[in-house]
Amino acid sequence: MTMNASPGGSIIYLEDVTVEYDGFKALNGLNFFMDYKELRVVIGPNGAGKTTLLDVISGKVQPTAGRVIFGHSTDLAGRRENEIASLGVGRKFQTPSIFANLTVRENLELALARASKGVLATLKSRFTVEQRDRVNLTLETIGLSAEADVRAGGLSHGQKQWLEIGMVMVQDAELLLVDEPVAGMTEEETEKTGRLLQGVAAERAVLVIEHDMEFVRSIARKVTVLHEGSILCEGPVEQVQKDDRVMEVYLGRSREADA
Amino acid sequence: MRTRERWAFLAVAAVLVVVLPALNALPAGSPLRVSDFTLNLFGKFLTYAILALGIDLIWGYAGVLSLGHGVFFGLGAYAMGMHLMLEIGAKGVYQNVLPDFMVWNRVTELPLFWKPFYSAWFTLLAVVLVPGLFAAVFGFLTFRSRIRGVYFSIITQALALCAWLTFNRNAMNLGGTNGLSGFKTMFGFPLNSPGTQRGLYIVTALFLCAAYLLCRWIVRSPAGKVLVAIRDSETRVLFCGYSPAAFKMFVFTVSAVLAGLAGALYVGQVGIITPARIGVLPSIEMIIWVAVGGRGTLIGPVVGAFGVNWLQSLLTTHYPDLWILVLGGMFVTVVLFFPDGVVGTAQKLMARFGRVTAPEHVPAASEPVKTVELTPR
Repeated sequence: MTMNASPGGSIIYLEDVTVEYDGFKALNGLNFFMDYKELRVVIGPNGAGKTTLLDVISGKVQPTAGRVIFGHSTDLAGRRENEIASLGVGRKFQTPSIFANLTVRENLELALARASKGVLATLKSRFTVEQRDRVNLTLETIGLSAEADVRAGGLSHGQKQWLEIGMVMVQDAELLLVDEPVAGMTEEETEKTGRLLQGVAAERAVLVIEHDMEFVRSIARKVTVLHEGSILCEGPVEQVQKDDRVMEVYLGRSREADA
Repeated sequence: MRTRERWAFLAVAAVLVVVLPALNALPAGSPLRVSDFTLNLFGKFLTYAILALGIDLIWGYAGVLSLGHGVFFGLGAYAMGMHLMLEIGAKGVYQNVLPDFMVWNRVTELPLFWKPFYSAWFTLLAVVLVPGLFAAVFGFLTFRSRIRGVYFSIITQALALCAWLTFNRNAMNLGGTNGLSGFKTMFGFPLNSPGTQRGLYIVTALFLCAAYLLCRWIVRSPAGKVLVAIRDSETRVLFCGYSPAAFKMFVFTVSAVLAGLAGALYVGQVGIITPARIGVLPSIEMIIWVAVGGRGTLIGPVVGAFGVNWLQSLLTTHYPDLWILVLGGMFVTVVLFFPDGVVGTAQKLMARFGRVTAPEHVPAASEPVKTVELTPR
């Protein structure tokens, strides 16, 4: 694949990024970029650096070398996770990570984009009518209107995943990082999650990490294959599947990964 | 506030602030009279309740277990105690302007850090600012470094031990093991007069009401939801765009200020503060009050602080050896069988049986205790 798009036109741009843990290179001189409002799926065998890629973008891990540029020119180097989140990067974790002791509505209200998320501003803030409407609308989108005032800890696994997707939606993120959204879901839940993500991607860029190839085929337009910390190949899903190198490193093992 | 809740609050406040002191002011011999001793005892319990509210804010809501709140209580108490020592002036045993223990220790000049405590205004500020600033700095250093869970608890326990050792040293010029005592007046009012004690009691009760309203405002605000969210999943809070460290620092500071205030009110009513009140054991006792009363509710810590200490004062009069076993047993029982405490359990039972209106959403404190406090993340 060629890397000829201008970095200025991308929502996220990683240039020559290396992440090293005790001599092991989780990412190795990775060059990666995504367009605004693009839905991208990243696949690759275990240990290929997929989750590290999300960690680097969201600020959980600082790259050993290289640059990470968000939007037109925001360098993410040295920024803390909450700063990066405020800039417009949302992240959904692999295991549902929601606030079990708050209600579903409160979960969304907490994630909601606000002028300031500092302590004093939060103490004094009250929700506007628009913000309430926004939360109600999102509740409908994720199909949890009936559960709005239920403690989130009591939701089913699939519902928790949708709630978390809803939370990153109301956060007004321009770029959404989603780690294995359908792991452990039933077929029906998987299908619904796919529709949800495609809806989300209509308004913002979404980067999905997934093992489930069937799910990847159902949602992906463009797929990036990571292997040993750098890009092995990139392109439309059909093309990637036919690539010999991909067959070798990934597809041969995909059934194991699904299990 | 909802109407019923408001009436309940006003009724309790009226009993504490008006009725009890009024009954105390009845002439001696009246059947309804509340004795000076009882009122004084209640005053002490109320200072504990203020302290417990602060602990609940950081532990019950944000899920951060501090085992060092005795230190903040002590800072407030010693700040006020130093002023009271200086108020004694030359009326002490040694007829010296220096506090008696300094004369005894052959200190000839008042140490520099004592001098500002001649001023009542400085003292009142110090009561709040010293514990507050100390907690802010301590919180900044620990929370920014993402020290949490059991590690934070251990560090605060070490803090309590350090403070206890430090305040015990005679070289600190804070009275060593014997602490500060022998006070005569407080801002000019004689401390041995029932009127002054009644006044102190009323001020304490008013501060408790104010502290309750403050905590209530905090936990009902969106920031209060962030605190509960931190207890549930700190990482998620971070990725929602909030800085958990900033929120924890804030609530830790508020809770230290309440503890300092409680300490200052304690000193005038009890008449003595020693290092034994600020070390590891008293800090753990404070946690027990909150656990027994019910963390994650604001009524719980008040009930717990009042109830446990009242029980202690009743039991120690008759069975002094038994008390420590009862206290330990109570804690174990609550942890094993009633993790929501007396108030939390009562609220759940009421919600289950017959009451049409369930209590307002109370975050169940019982779940995260296993993951948040006892295991490292």
